[in-house]
Amino acid sequence: MSVLLNKDSHVIFQGFTGQHATFHAEEAMKIGTKVVGGVTPGKGGTQHLGLPVFDTVEEAVQATGADVSGIFAPPPFAADAIMEAIDAGIKTIVVIADGIPVQDMVRVERYRLGTNSIIIGPNTPGIITPGVGKVGIMPSHIYSPGRIGIVSRSGTLNYEAVAQMSDLGLGQSSSIGIGGDPVNGTDFATVLKAFEDDPETDAVLMIGEIGGPQEVDAARWAKKNMRKPLIGYVAGLSAPPGRRMGHAGAIISSEADTATAKIDMMEALGMFVVRNPADIGATVLRAIKS
Amino acid sequence: MNIHEYQTKDLLKHYGVPVPPGRVVHTDAQAATVAEEIGGSRWVVKAQIHSGGRGKAGGVRIGNSIDEVRVIANEIIGSLLVTHQTGAEGRLVRRVLVEQASNIMREYYVGLIIDRATRRITLVASAEGGVEIEVVAKQTPERIIREVIDPAVGLLDFQCRKVAYKVGLKGALLPQAVKVMKGLYRCMRDNDAIMAEINPLAIVDNDQLLALDAKMTFDDNALYRRPTITELRDFDEEDPKEVEATGHGLNYIALDGDVGCIVNGAGLAMATMDAITLQGGKPANFLDVGGGATPEKVANAFRIVLQDPAVKIILINIFAGINRCDWIATGIIQAMRDQNIKMPIIVRLAGTNVEEGRAILNASNFPFIIASNLTDAAAKAVTEVNNIAQKATPPKKEHS
Repeated sequence: MSVLLNKDSHVIFQGFTGQHATFHAEEAMKIGTKVVGGVTPGKGGTQHLGLPVFDTVEEAVQATGADVSGIFAPPPFAADAIMEAIDAGIKTIVVIADGIPVQDMVRVERYRLGTNSIIIGPNTPGIITPGVGKVGIMPSHIYSPGRIGIVSRSGTLNYEAVAQMSDLGLGQSSSIGIGGDPVNGTDFATVLKAFEDDPETDAVLMIGEIGGPQEVDAARWAKKNMRKPLIGYVAGLSAPPGRRMGHAGAIISSEADTATAKIDMMEALGMFVVRNPADIGATVLRAIKS
Repeated sequence: MNIHEYQTKDLLKHYGVPVPPGRVVHTDAQAATVAEEIGGSRWVVKAQIHSGGRGKAGGVRIGNSIDEVRVIANEIIGSLLVTHQTGAEGRLVRRVLVEQASNIMREYYVGLIIDRATRRITLVASAEGGVEIEVVAKQTPERIIREVIDPAVGLLDFQCRKVAYKVGLKGALLPQAVKVMKGLYRCMRDNDAIMAEINPLAIVDNDQLLALDAKMTFDDNALYRRPTITELRDFDEEDPKEVEATGHGLNYIALDGDVGCIVNGAGLAMATMDAITLQGGKPANFLDVGGGATPEKVANAFRIVLQDPAVKIILINIFAGINRCDWIATGIIQAMRDQNIKMPIIVRLAGTNVEEGRAILNASNFPFIIASNLTDAAAKAVTEVNNIAQKATPPKKEHS
């Protein structure tokens, strides 16, 4: 999708020379992502994967014109890395780390106010635009170019949905993980808007889970503003209340947080809803045919 | 992470929030001694377990003499308290908090949450103290007052005054209310809490505000930088299987069904539970092996799932991204061999190195039930469980 990651995007990785960033930068380059360098404090001036390494994001942006950053810093250092990227004017910031303290994200979101930066994540598999590139940790071989936009909180459930869609011959325009944390940079509604404006997307699949008001807020936004078909699934029908189901944000704190309440609300707001996770692909197909 | 009421009150005291005089004790004799030391003519004895609803369950009682305090403490300590949050099996009470009983004139609610919509810490208050805030939010939402806090400047005095006036804390109570709210906020911020509440915050004799009960939950992801909070963790209050799982880097939550689940990713783990439920089965647990699962990690997952005696079969659902199906398969075989597993195992593998993973499973002599997709896996799991249930019902003896 053109807004977040397109063929003109210049990508850097923060924590570039680390094991994970190295592996996923190589994977990204294999599928054609325009990676232009990376940042590792203390290693500025060296080369890694045949690309320049910088000490600061500011230097990297000045030298390469980078506008997208994949942050692979570990959770205790991630907030600082995100704010450094915001300060340097990076437009799309993808944060992979799972386990950033939530009050760190509260401060990061405050710092971001008034800037043009978009934070994808944290605790996300990232963004992939099949045929163009990716910034993230998803297995790119399961995705194929197509006209369905996907936005999800979970990573593996995103893969599950893609597999079901592939079985029916449906590809993706872009797939965006907004992450499983309670405070994240980008909510569903923001991504829905980007897909609604994207000429390469015909319909959007939104994969949510228990906890928080985001899915219903997005459904409300879509009812007013969206013309493309919107399909929704919410994981955690059988989750007990008060327990954090793996993701820090997946917790039922009130009745509105349950999967059933969210799905019912989404249906009432006119969305195509999926009640059984096995029916995700079939429901997407039904929605685009309608 | 949750902590006990007495620990929360100790913390809050350091931040200038007034709490009743009292101490935690482990025996009835200590309870009597503490009651004498703190003085007064009435005392409250409070069971210390990580659960709401202790009062209704008989875990909070008033003693009108030192002897009564001793008797009540004797009855509560060592008993199993059953609340709406503990399940039918209840929770063993190991200690009680003995406090001076207060003469309560009015009760309020004051709390702080991290509001997901505004992405900020939000002060929440209500004149309906002593009632769970969720109940107030549902029945009389207009009685809940909210004030969003800007993290750049923190909770400001005027915001506290606004909230205090709206809930009716005026006159001599106003400066006290401001102090309580700011203390609660600083306590939450400085210790990386994700929730803090005083319920009830009470007006007692002589127009004094006092935090009669308090609860805080801390961010597991920030414990690395909060050593004093980490020390407050009480493993007796947690499921030993869940504690062991965390030690192995696994995310496990016990449920009450019979289909053991081993899945990668929190979302897919929930969806797998949902698929089982929709097929008419009942998941025994939530388990996320996470990314980059080694064979050892998979084997540990089996060990934890099998500690639950209710588990009749295991369903493995892996969609490998950064995981590798061959490693997962190796771990499954390791577990089957080392743990001598005889129950049916349903395996669904997809994603990275799926062919290699399937080949490893096929090359072994274990009778795995291979599923091709999520629906297939859930359907096969439920069929197997039903078969076991039928076999368990002894067939009628035929007359010879």
